[in-house]
Amino acid sequence: MIEFQLDTASGVATYLQLVQQVHQALQLGLLEPGDQLPTAQQVVAQLAINPNTVLKAYRDLEREGLVRARPGQGTFIIRSLPRTDPATQTRFLGSMTDWLRSARAAGLGPDDIEAIYRTAFRNCFAEGVA
Amino acid sequence: MSFTMEASGLGKQYGHRWALRDCTLAIPAGRVVGLVGPNGAGKTTLLHLAVGLLAPTSGSISVLGANPGDGPAQLGRVGFVAQDTPVYARLSVSQHLRMGAWLNPSWDQVIAETRIEQLGLNLRQRAGTLSGGQRAQLALTLAIAKRPACLILDEPVASLDPLARREFLRSLMEIVAAQGISVVLSSHLIADLERVCDYLVVLVASRVQVAGEVGELLSTHHRLSGPRREASSLPANQEVIEESHTDKQSTFLVRTTDPVLDPAWTVRRVTLDDLVIAYMSLQAAPERAYRPRLRVMS
Repeated sequence: MIEFQLDTASGVATYLQLVQQVHQALQLGLLEPGDQLPTAQQVVAQLAINPNTVLKAYRDLEREGLVRARPGQGTFIIRSLPRTDPATQTRFLGSMTDWLRSARAAGLGPDDIEAIYRTAFRNCFAEGVA
Repeated sequence: MSFTMEASGLGKQYGHRWALRDCTLAIPAGRVVGLVGPNGAGKTTLLHLAVGLLAPTSGSISVLGANPGDGPAQLGRVGFVAQDTPVYARLSVSQHLRMGAWLNPSWDQVIAETRIEQLGLNLRQRAGTLSGGQRAQLALTLAIAKRPACLILDEPVASLDPLARREFLRSLMEIVAAQGISVVLSSHLIADLERVCDYLVVLVASRVQVAGEVGELLSTHHRLSGPRREASSLPANQEVIEESHTDKQSTFLVRTTDPVLDPAWTVRRVTLDDLVIAYMSLQAAPERAYRPRLRVMS
């Protein structure tokens, strides 16, 4: 069983923080298929948050195929998170590095580049936050 | 879809003064709703109209699909804790429970006793000698032991210290998780509301300025800053909630469901605090809230 933490200063939506913490626990091997997540009641008692927030996080995880809710029993991990293929990571690291070099050659400084990256990132993942 | 609360053109007038005016709302059932606004905005009036303590001057309001305070059945379905969580100072804790059992046909003594035991309250202690946090918990116990479908709380945590506040909200959320009831609570403490509410209503100068899902409100409001420009030059799909300008720079708080693509802007996410304060500030310039969203682009 894992225990959720809440970072109220992060600006990240509460349900998303719960989802991310399950992802991290899976990547670190703290959670494995068959493990149970805390019930909404338990999370609420610990963090004093809205139970709908917990259920929303669990629904998201269920939609991702990571957990399954068994009525009357709880929510269980059904698969581990696939690690990203190292070759894929290397390929994107390469293209990102090329892109950064060309941006720098075009006269952009680190702040400009970061602003562009943030904007692109936000636009790309906007639907995930909504 | 069923609604916890529906109001249409709702108003309440005292003499010449409107305490609440043109209030139109539809709050879906099963939510924990935060009602915020400056003092005197009409929050308490709205909540009193919702429980039938006041009758509207104009318009209509229904709670759980029925008229507020309309007979014993409706009274039983709605739990209410008034401002400052009042209890009878001279009555003991157990006398409060007896009173609750007597006054409420749907009273559940097991819920009441279990909660009092969990809270560690002494049944013989007079309510007047309880701490603020204990009084609030006793008032909450009375409101939920009648098994309401909807709980309405007027600034329940305003006078509590941070620990008592957290304990109270934890109790409230445990009740929501266990019984699935709808909750409407008013508060000035945005950080608390952010934790417990999934729906927000901002009431300013007796009118509803904005109402919606907290997650949706946060993901559709952005703070833009960049080179100075006029609000009228922004795309039609960006509704300006707040703006400020220096000679070189402009900052806007906009509402839009579309991504902000203009590279001139630095875009920041807003906190619930920012959002509530921006809408509260509209009080100074109320006509802006009703600015048409579409305008002809030249």
